[in-house]
Amino acid sequence: MPRSRTIVLTLYILFLLLPIYWLVNMSFKTNTEIVTGMTLWPAEPTLENYARIFTDASWYSGYINSMQYVALNTVLSIALALPAAYAFSRFRFVGDKHLFFWLLSNRMAPPAVFALPFFNLYSAIGLFDTPLAVALAHCLFNVPLAVWILEGFMSGVPREIDETAYLDGYSFPRFFVRIFMPLIASGIGVTAFFCFMFSWVELLLARTLTSVDAKPIAATMTRTVSASGMDWGLLAAAGVLTIVPGALVIWFVRNYIAKGFALGRV
Amino acid sequence: MARIELADLAHHYRPNPATDADYALKPMHHVWDQGGAYALLGPSGCGKTTLLNIISGLLIPSRGRVLFDGKDVTHLPTESRNIAQVFQFPVVYDTMTVYDNLAFPLRNRGLRGPAVDARVREIAALLDLTPDLTRRGGGLTADAKQKISLGRGLVRPDVAAILFDEPLTVIDPHLKWELRSKLKALHRALDLTMIYVTHDQTEALTFADTVVVMHDGRVVQMGRPDELFEKPAHTFVGHFIGSPGMNVLPAEIDGATARVGGVGIPLARGYTAPAAGIRTEIGVRPEFARLAPAGTGVPVRVRRIEDLGRRRIARVELAGHPMAVTVPDGLSVSGEASVLMEPAMVHVYADGRLVEAA
Amino acid sequence: MDKPLNQKAWLFVLPVLLIVAFSALIPLMTVVNYSVQDTFGNNQFFWNGIGWYIDLLDPTTDLGGRFLDALWRNLLFSAIILAIEVPLGIAVALSMPRDGWRVAATLVVLALPMLIPWNVVGTIWQIFAREDIGLLGYVVNRLGIPYNYTADTLSAWITIVVMDVWHWTSLVALLCYAGLRSIPDAFYQAARIDGASRWAVFMNIQLPKMNRVLLIAVLLRFMDSFMIYTEPFVVTGGGPGNSTTFVSIDLVKLALGQFDLGKAAAMSIVYNLIILAICWVFYTVMTRLDARRG
Repeated sequence: MPRSRTIVLTLYILFLLLPIYWLVNMSFKTNTEIVTGMTLWPAEPTLENYARIFTDASWYSGYINSMQYVALNTVLSIALALPAAYAFSRFRFVGDKHLFFWLLSNRMAPPAVFALPFFNLYSAIGLFDTPLAVALAHCLFNVPLAVWILEGFMSGVPREIDETAYLDGYSFPRFFVRIFMPLIASGIGVTAFFCFMFSWVELLLARTLTSVDAKPIAATMTRTVSASGMDWGLLAAAGVLTIVPGALVIWFVRNYIAKGFALGRV
Repeated sequence: MARIELADLAHHYRPNPATDADYALKPMHHVWDQGGAYALLGPSGCGKTTLLNIISGLLIPSRGRVLFDGKDVTHLPTESRNIAQVFQFPVVYDTMTVYDNLAFPLRNRGLRGPAVDARVREIAALLDLTPDLTRRGGGLTADAKQKISLGRGLVRPDVAAILFDEPLTVIDPHLKWELRSKLKALHRALDLTMIYVTHDQTEALTFADTVVVMHDGRVVQMGRPDELFEKPAHTFVGHFIGSPGMNVLPAEIDGATARVGGVGIPLARGYTAPAAGIRTEIGVRPEFARLAPAGTGVPVRVRRIEDLGRRRIARVELAGHPMAVTVPDGLSVSGEASVLMEPAMVHVYADGRLVEAA
Repeated sequence: MDKPLNQKAWLFVLPVLLIVAFSALIPLMTVVNYSVQDTFGNNQFFWNGIGWYIDLLDPTTDLGGRFLDALWRNLLFSAIILAIEVPLGIAVALSMPRDGWRVAATLVVLALPMLIPWNVVGTIWQIFAREDIGLLGYVVNRLGIPYNYTADTLSAWITIVVMDVWHWTSLVALLCYAGLRSIPDAFYQAARIDGASRWAVFMNIQLPKMNRVLLIAVLLRFMDSFMIYTEPFVVTGGGPGNSTTFVSIDLVKLALGQFDLGKAAAMSIVYNLIILAICWVFYTVMTRLDARRG
C-alpha cells in the first residue's frame, strides 16, 4: 500500500477514535480528577461510575426499553417491506413510480415536524409511553428505507427464478418463504442492520413519545445533569454503555458492511 | 518487435516455498520467437494466467528473468514494456467515446493531434469499429467492447506483443469464430507476437502456430498442433488434447512389446527396461487404434458403440482397462472383438513423460 | 427489462401504505389543521387562514425573519459539510486496504460513529471540545487559539461542522468503498498497460463507478444535515445567541417550548415542502441515470 494512502487512513481513524477514547478515559476517572486537571489517562482508575449505573434499576430498564422498541421496529419494518419491495421489483402497476417516490420522501421527512402530532396521535389512541408507540413512529422512516434497500436486492434476482418455481408447482407464499427469501438473505440482513441503526440512534421521537415506562437509555443519560452540577464521570460511563450495543452489532455484520452500505445498488 | 525469453523463471505467491507444490510456476526456461502465434493451453489453475501476467509485467516473478530481444525487462513496469494485454472481460472506459477509448493509450504516452487521429482511424477501420467511433463505450455489446479492448492494444505503434487472457469467454458462440479469424488476420497483417491463453483446445489449435500446454505450473509440451496430437510429450497432453483423449494403459515394457495385464502389444522399437519404481504406461490415440473382428489382433471386449456423427467410437475393455477405439466404416461387432494399433503410434511413458528414442 | 403490468401488486403494497399513511398522513393533517389556526393557550383555537404562511415567507415579520435565517443557516451548514465530507469520504475510500484482516477492522472502526445514539454523539463532542475538561478544546486553547463553542459563534460552527464530519464522513466513505470494490482487477491492469496516470485511473475508472453511490451519499447527507436536530442541540442548544439554530431546532423551540402551534405547524409544512422538492430533484436525476445505464 502506498504511503500516502496509509497516512490518510491512519489520520482519519485517529480522528474517529480520539473523541471516543476521551469519553472512555473520562468514564474511568473520578469527578475530582476530571475537573482538576488534564490527564491523558486515568491517574486513579475507578469503576465507581459503572457501579452506580449497574446498581440503579432505572438505568438498565432504559436499556431494555430501547432494545424492545428497536427489535419491534426492525421486525415490523421488514415484515411490511418484504411484500411491497417484491411488488416494486417485479410488477408495474398504476401509480407505482409516484408511490415509490412518496414512500422515499417519508424517509426524508424531518422528525421535528412529526414530534408534536405524534405526541397527540399516540396519546389519543392510548399508546403513549409504550415501546410500540416508538416502534410505530420509527416506521415512518425505516419502512421506506427497508422497501428501498430490499427492492435493490430483489431486482438483482432474475425473474426466471420466480417463473421456474411457479412451473414447478410452488404456491406463491411457499415460493416466497422457501426460495425467494433465502436468495435475498443478505439483503434482509443488511436491511435489519439499517433498521436497527436508525431506530437505535434516533432520540427526538423516542423521547417525545415516552415519559417513564418506556424511556430509552439514551434519554435516561440526560438525567445525570444533577443538582450539584454536571456529573461528568457518570455521563461518560453512560455514554460508553450506549456505544457498546452498536459496536457489537457492527462486529457481527462486519463482513457485510461494505455491500450493505451500497444498499444492493452497485 | 520482440523475441521473448523466459530465463530460469519461477513464481510462487506464498513466501518461502518449501515444496514443489508451493510454486504457481515451476522453474522453466523457454524462448518465444518474434512474430509467432502462441497459445497457452491448460485447465484452470495451471499457471497460464500467472505466466501471462509475468510477461506483461503485472507480476514480478519470484525467480529468474524475462528478456525481450535479449534486454532484461524483469523489473520494468508494464507501461514501459511495449506490450498489450486483452482480458477475459472487456475493459472499456464507459464514460469515453469509442474514439477516446482507442486514443487513450496514445494520449497517455504524450501523443497529440493528427498522429493520434490517423492511428485511431486506421485501427478502427481494421476492427470494423469506424461507425461506432462517436458512441459511448458503455452501451456497446460484449463483442464490440472486446474489439475496443483489442484496439487499445493495437493502436500503439510500438507494441511488440499482444497477450490475450481467454478473450472470447464472454462472446457469443457465433461471434467467437468471427473474432478469432479477425485475430488470425491481424496476426498475419501486423507481424506481431501473439500469446493467447485459453482452456479450450479448439481455440488453441486453430489460433496458434505453437501450442504451449501447461499443467500444474509446468510447461509440459511446446509444439505444433500436429505434434501435440501425434506425439504427446506427456500423458496429460494426450488426455487434454483430442476428443476423446489418448488411451493411457498401465503396461510392463519388455523389449519391443508392451504387456497390459498379460496381453502383448507390439511396439515400433525396443525399449530398455525402466528402473524399478517407475510407473510405465503406453498411450495410443483412438484415431490410431481400430476395432476388428475377434481373433485378428489384441483381444478386447466391446462395451458400447458411440456415434459421433462423422465417425464411430467403440468403448472397449482391454484386460479390464477401459479404452476408446475407432470403428471402421461398415464393421459391426459386439461382445468379443480385437483392436489393431499402429505400432509407431503407440508411445511409452515413464512417470507420465514420453520415453524418446535413444 | 419490461416488468409485467399487474394491478394485484397493490395488495402487496397495501400494508406499507397503511402504516406509512398512519404515521405520515394523519400527523400531517393535524399539522395542516394547526397551521391555519391561532391559539392563545387553553386549547382555544381561532381560524387564521393562510396568515402564518404569509408571515413565514416575509423576512420583515418576526416569524419570517427567524425562519428564513434558520433556513439559510441550515443551507450553509449542508453546503459546508458536503464540501468536506464528499472529498474526504472519497479519499478515505481510496485509501482503504484491499484485503486481509485490516479491511474488517477498518470497516468496524469506520462504522462505529454511525451506531452511536445522536444525543451521545452530541455529548461526546460537548465533552471533547470543552476548554476545561475536553482534550480538543484544551489543546487548541493551549496553542494560543481562542476557542470556546459556548460563547463564540465561529467556534460553535467549527465544533458542529467537525462533529458532523466525524459522525457521517464514514457513510460517504463506505458507500464509495462499496462502489470501488465492484471494479474488477482487469480494469486496473488494463489501465496500467494503457499507461494511464493515477489521476486518469481515478477520473475514468473509479469516479464513473462511484457516481451512483455518490449520488445516494450526497442525497442522504444533504437530507440528514438539512434535518439535523439532536447533535447540535446537545452541544450548543442553538447558541450562542441563535447562531446555530437550524430549522429543526427552531421548530421544536416554537412547538414544544413556546407552544406556538399554529406558527410551528405552518413552518413544518413549508419546511417539509422544501425537502420534498429537493428530494424530487434527486430522485429524478437518479432515475434518469438508471435509465441511461439500461
